[in-house]
Amino acid sequence: MRLIVLALGLVLTVACPALAQRVVADLSQSRVSITASFSGSQILVFGAIKPEVGSVIKETYPVTDPLSVIVTVSGPLEPVKVRKKSRVAGIWVNSESVEIDSAPTLYKIAASSPLTDILSETEDLRHRISIPKAIRSVGEAGEVEDLSAFTEALVRIRMANGLYESTGYSVRLSEQALFRADIDLPSNIVEGEYTTRIFLTRNQQVVAEYARVLDVRKVGLERWIYNLAQEQALLYGLLSLAIAVASGWTASALFRWARG
Amino acid sequence: MQIYLPIAEISVNAFLLLGLGGLVGILSGMFGVGGGFLMTPLLFFIGIPPAVAVATEANQIVASSFSGVLAHWRKKTVDIRMGVVLQIGGLIGAAFGVVIFNILKSLGQVDLLITLSYVTFLGIIGSLMFVESVGALRRSRKQTSQPRPVRRQRNWVHTWPLKMRFRTSGLYISVIPPILVGMAVGVLAAIMGVGGGFIMVPAMIYILGMPTKVVVGTSLFQIILVTAFTTLLHATTNHTVDMALAVLLLIGGVVGAQIGTQIGTKLKAEQLRVLLALMVLLVCGKLAADLLLQPSELYSLGTPGGHS
Repeated sequence: MRLIVLALGLVLTVACPALAQRVVADLSQSRVSITASFSGSQILVFGAIKPEVGSVIKETYPVTDPLSVIVTVSGPLEPVKVRKKSRVAGIWVNSESVEIDSAPTLYKIAASSPLTDILSETEDLRHRISIPKAIRSVGEAGEVEDLSAFTEALVRIRMANGLYESTGYSVRLSEQALFRADIDLPSNIVEGEYTTRIFLTRNQQVVAEYARVLDVRKVGLERWIYNLAQEQALLYGLLSLAIAVASGWTASALFRWARG
Repeated sequence: MQIYLPIAEISVNAFLLLGLGGLVGILSGMFGVGGGFLMTPLLFFIGIPPAVAVATEANQIVASSFSGVLAHWRKKTVDIRMGVVLQIGGLIGAAFGVVIFNILKSLGQVDLLITLSYVTFLGIIGSLMFVESVGALRRSRKQTSQPRPVRRQRNWVHTWPLKMRFRTSGLYISVIPPILVGMAVGVLAAIMGVGGGFIMVPAMIYILGMPTKVVVGTSLFQIILVTAFTTLLHATTNHTVDMALAVLLLIGGVVGAQIGTQIGTKLKAEQLRVLLALMVLLVCGKLAADLLLQPSELYSLGTPGGHS
């Protein structure tokens, strides 16, 4: 059934590409479970481009203008403090700092072409697609001379940690109708609701978008330990100490036994 | 084998953690230091968030110190009375330390002050110990055939009132100096976020004049109480003790502590002191280099409001 729909979509798209478009997509999994052995995960984002039902033919774009696809995966938004070291009296100390109001804990962009080729600056600003636009900082602008250096540093550090990534040609788009992208989630991700967005662009303008929520949750032992630490803090602390004392005693007893 | 840590929220190699725990455990058993001043920077280095590293490290030290102190207990090298007296001073000092820490925090630049106090204390203690113990080692080499004379220091600690007999240490001194030492270490421990063994051990040897063999067990004894208290405090206020991380570190730690105690009893007291002095100087050098050399990344990320 899905194949028929896709095939139909394909035929229609090729036949009259100037129709308003719509994205139909899904993820290979709707939730990511963090278990004790979690070492990263890969999400497959796939879908098809369909003409909008009942849409009329627009003459705005030439028939030859191709469609492009951008896929973004964003982690939960959190405030971040960025500190800068500078030399004071011969030693390196933290001097200036900027609080960034909200930055995604993870942000991955996959696109069918380099982002700057398929997305205009205004559209980027409107939909907050590229990495710098996904980071929001409004306050404290007057306190430091160079605010952009701090956000650039945030992006640089998170890119080095594999948390932020933007790659062109990483969405495979076939026949202007079917697309797929593999998104790597690193092992150092946090819990929360991750938003997957898909943008369809033509002539650097967003013509359709689609969003899905991806649930990232700790399960099993991870869940149990985390809940206990948050909700039964004293019990958790005592349990941690009991484990420490018991294992200290066990090691001592074992070594004594081993020596006879 | 990768394992995801539930509180630290990162995935790390389990064998790496076992190895790190073992290494610090050996040092703990040998020298009577908790090893926090070594382990905490190592945990930062492998990407554990600082708050989680400091809190979990305290929990691990409880385990390796307990393992180590049991070995010393059987060898009768723990001066419980001295340990308790130091502990009383330590708790008073820690309370002061927390107050000072919060004042500094409100002024900003608390990180710098911690690093500077580390460099200063480690540098002074390390150099003094190194010079003294190398001298002692030379003397003992020259006169190997002769029995070593018992060192009986007669300094100010012997002239104060409220004298008490510390049988295990073979001392009859006033309780005021040990309480003051405990307080000073408590203040530093609270500010620097460590057990304070690396300051306590030299203080016991050089200020109180305790025999090196007793010092290690006694230091471990008092570290257990300090770090157990710290663990509970972190667990209830910040929720930053990572049980999975602690278990991996402490499995390595308790085994290492037993091995360390064995190595410690085979070495001469002077050799032990030279090694401890070298280790202290090494850490001091690393921290000083961090302050003096230009870092490759000038920027760092943190959570707003919190410390480091």
